[in-house]
Amino acid sequence: MIPDEYLQTFVVECRELLEQMEEALLIVEQAAEDPEIINAIFRAAYTIKGSAGMFGIDHIVVFTHAAESVLDKVRSGDIAMSSVLAALFIEAHDHLSVLVEHVAEGSQAPEETDSHGKSLIEQLEACLGETATAQPDNSPPIVHQPKLEREQSEAVGTDLWHISLRFGPEVFRIGMDPFSFVRCLSSLGSIVELVTIIDAIPAAEEMDPETCYLGFEISFSSEADKLAINNIFNFVRSDCLIRILPPHSKASEYQRLIQELPEQEMRLGEILVKCGTLTPEELDNILRIQSARGDDPQRPIGEVLVEQQMVSPPVVEAALAKQQQVKDNKKSEANLIRVDAEKLDELINLVGELIIAGAGTNMIARRAGMADLMESTATLSRLVEEVRDSALALRMVQIGATFNRFQRVVRDVSKELGKDVDLVISGAETELDKTVVEKIGDPLTHLVRNSMDHGIEPAELRIARGKPAKGTLKLNAYHDAGSIVIEVSDDGGGLNKEKILAKAIERGLVSEGANLTDKEIYNLIFEAGFSTADAVSNLSGRGVGMDVVKRNIQALRGTVDLDSVEGQGSTIRIRLPLTLAIIDGFMVGVGNAAYVIPLDMVVECIELRAWASDEGDGQYLNLRGEVLPYRRLRDHFDKEGDLVQRENVVVVRYGEHKAGLVVDKLLGEFQTVIKPLGKLFKGEKSLGGFTILGNGEVALIVDVPGLMGQIEREKNIKMPAVAR
Amino acid sequence: MTDVNNKNQPSGRIVIEDELTIYTALELKEKLLTGLSTTEELELDLSRIGEIDAAGLQLLIMIKQQAAVLGKVLRFTGHSPVVLDILDLSGLAGFFGDPLLIVCKPT
Repeated sequence: MIPDEYLQTFVVECRELLEQMEEALLIVEQAAEDPEIINAIFRAAYTIKGSAGMFGIDHIVVFTHAAESVLDKVRSGDIAMSSVLAALFIEAHDHLSVLVEHVAEGSQAPEETDSHGKSLIEQLEACLGETATAQPDNSPPIVHQPKLEREQSEAVGTDLWHISLRFGPEVFRIGMDPFSFVRCLSSLGSIVELVTIIDAIPAAEEMDPETCYLGFEISFSSEADKLAINNIFNFVRSDCLIRILPPHSKASEYQRLIQELPEQEMRLGEILVKCGTLTPEELDNILRIQSARGDDPQRPIGEVLVEQQMVSPPVVEAALAKQQQVKDNKKSEANLIRVDAEKLDELINLVGELIIAGAGTNMIARRAGMADLMESTATLSRLVEEVRDSALALRMVQIGATFNRFQRVVRDVSKELGKDVDLVISGAETELDKTVVEKIGDPLTHLVRNSMDHGIEPAELRIARGKPAKGTLKLNAYHDAGSIVIEVSDDGGGLNKEKILAKAIERGLVSEGANLTDKEIYNLIFEAGFSTADAVSNLSGRGVGMDVVKRNIQALRGTVDLDSVEGQGSTIRIRLPLTLAIIDGFMVGVGNAAYVIPLDMVVECIELRAWASDEGDGQYLNLRGEVLPYRRLRDHFDKEGDLVQRENVVVVRYGEHKAGLVVDKLLGEFQTVIKPLGKLFKGEKSLGGFTILGNGEVALIVDVPGLMGQIEREKNIKMPAVAR
Repeated sequence: MTDVNNKNQPSGRIVIEDELTIYTALELKEKLLTGLSTTEELELDLSRIGEIDAAGLQLLIMIKQQAAVLGKVLRFTGHSPVVLDILDLSGLAGFFGDPLLIVCKPT
């Protein structure tokens, strides 16, 4: 019965809340009690329970209720927050995540999940002690310290909430049932009296059975705060009239309520009396104020209150300040909009097309040689570039959220390994493309685990080496020349060069006596099937992993390398492009075809004949004393076409490697929108995609790392004969 | 969904089947009004209602009020558990004024 889009909202909201909850829990587990943070956890649990209740997802309600009851006690100071309790809550949080995921998939939780949930509930209830387990709903009321002074004489005597609801006509059509809110309210407390307002139902002929005419007046006993009660109505807030009056509200509040509701004063008054909210005397009093003030409805209520000496001016000021604060909060919330990622992709796609079209116009303008037109296209392309940048910026998200997830990973892994490790995060506000963020999570997890498992030594060894017993793991991110760099560093033992080298020789990855730089040796650990761990642990050391990490990162057009100082720790540096959609390219011509080489990989362009002294070999040239392997793109892509007089070499660099690509023509810089190649080309490693040129022709984008890899492999196939 | 018997008789009976919700409200409104206009005394059998929501409740209120306007007798009988539940929740049992069985709800 729940419309999908609401369920979707529910799941998204729950996930966010769970994330907040986890963050808060991890802080609580580490540090002393901070009432703010415990409140945050409580609120998260509370909201989840509330919205789950609205959807009638009972098992989540039941489970969250157990957690919430304990949290409530913690909040009121009856139970002290300990790391044991925090750990229990983290488990509860995990269980809740599982439940929410089941809801998202529309699947039933398996039995073991259920029983796990039950055992958690039992553990939670054990914390509550005996009194509360018997009747969790009626647990002793939290003592709210009233911040504002209250003049009891003017307040209404009841200790019940009063809630007035008038549902909008569209409520049924958007798939809501007013009674579901009532049921949901019951989860927060007990409904003392409910009067259904049917006055708005028109006569039979005019009545539209699909329009909602109902309203409720509810007097309600609950220990919940106003926000929680208010939250229940989040889904219908926009089209309904909702008034919630806390217990002991001012008589004038009721007066205002009566004023605002559509029914007649007398009738409403009777309802309020019937609900038990007001006594008949109180009602009389209110109606008297009402008629006396009837001639002057524009006056601010605060002023009226002060004049009647119902409240003192400071109280009003405090209340106003509070209101302003709430309003400000609302405002900053409203500054964010959730947008479907697909819509953004579409926008980026369109901007891509715009760039292509702009390039086309530019080309025509240049060919026509019209100065005016060229000038206006120049302006146009500047604007288009700005549009491109801001469109891409829309997709940018801060890496902080991803980093924060590792608090949990580090906590769990340190428990598992029995090592005490601190996670230090910096550069959390560094932004990068959303797709990159999504894909970087797994490789990062691997690196973090790896660092903790192999990098950071056990405490005894650390002390013996004169380091603090507590290990430190750092996650850092920063922007660097059009790419983002993510660093994972530890203050552990670092890499053992000899061990790596010995292993590499044993595995046949390097030949004996090969002269490798430190960096080359370190980077050997990214080779497939390489592991130096003496013992294979649960976490890593099986030799799968680092090569997978490298491959994942390369798939994002990124690179990874490693620095290490033996005995002091190591740093793994991941370098990623800021975006996957648009690059600056360098266009070259081979035969009749155009190719695009990513500009940031191009080092320089030279003329082939000037440098290649020995043309017979056709494999290497001597570039200022450096051996540079080169390859003719014409040969590589089997291009036909007339040979040109002057061939050029584009020197490209990827990581530590350099290579030359021999092309016929250099066509210059070109902003390139990367379009993916179809499945047919999946096997072709040396092509990274294609793009459409301004004149409508297609240019292929050279995947430099892929091409280099391919050359390397071909070389290896040919080489062994020479080597042996 | 409904079953109108004994048309144009002094007394009639309509059985509402399965659902009395927003999904069936439009259709049922017509049936109920027709049913009411063709008889002097109408009995609505609610025993077979398996699902009822606020829209359904609203419809019952409407027909009850309409019966009062026309000066006809309208009785609801055999309230099914879900109907009792919603009457209990809405506090409208008194408004309808039909004899009800008080059920003991398992808590």
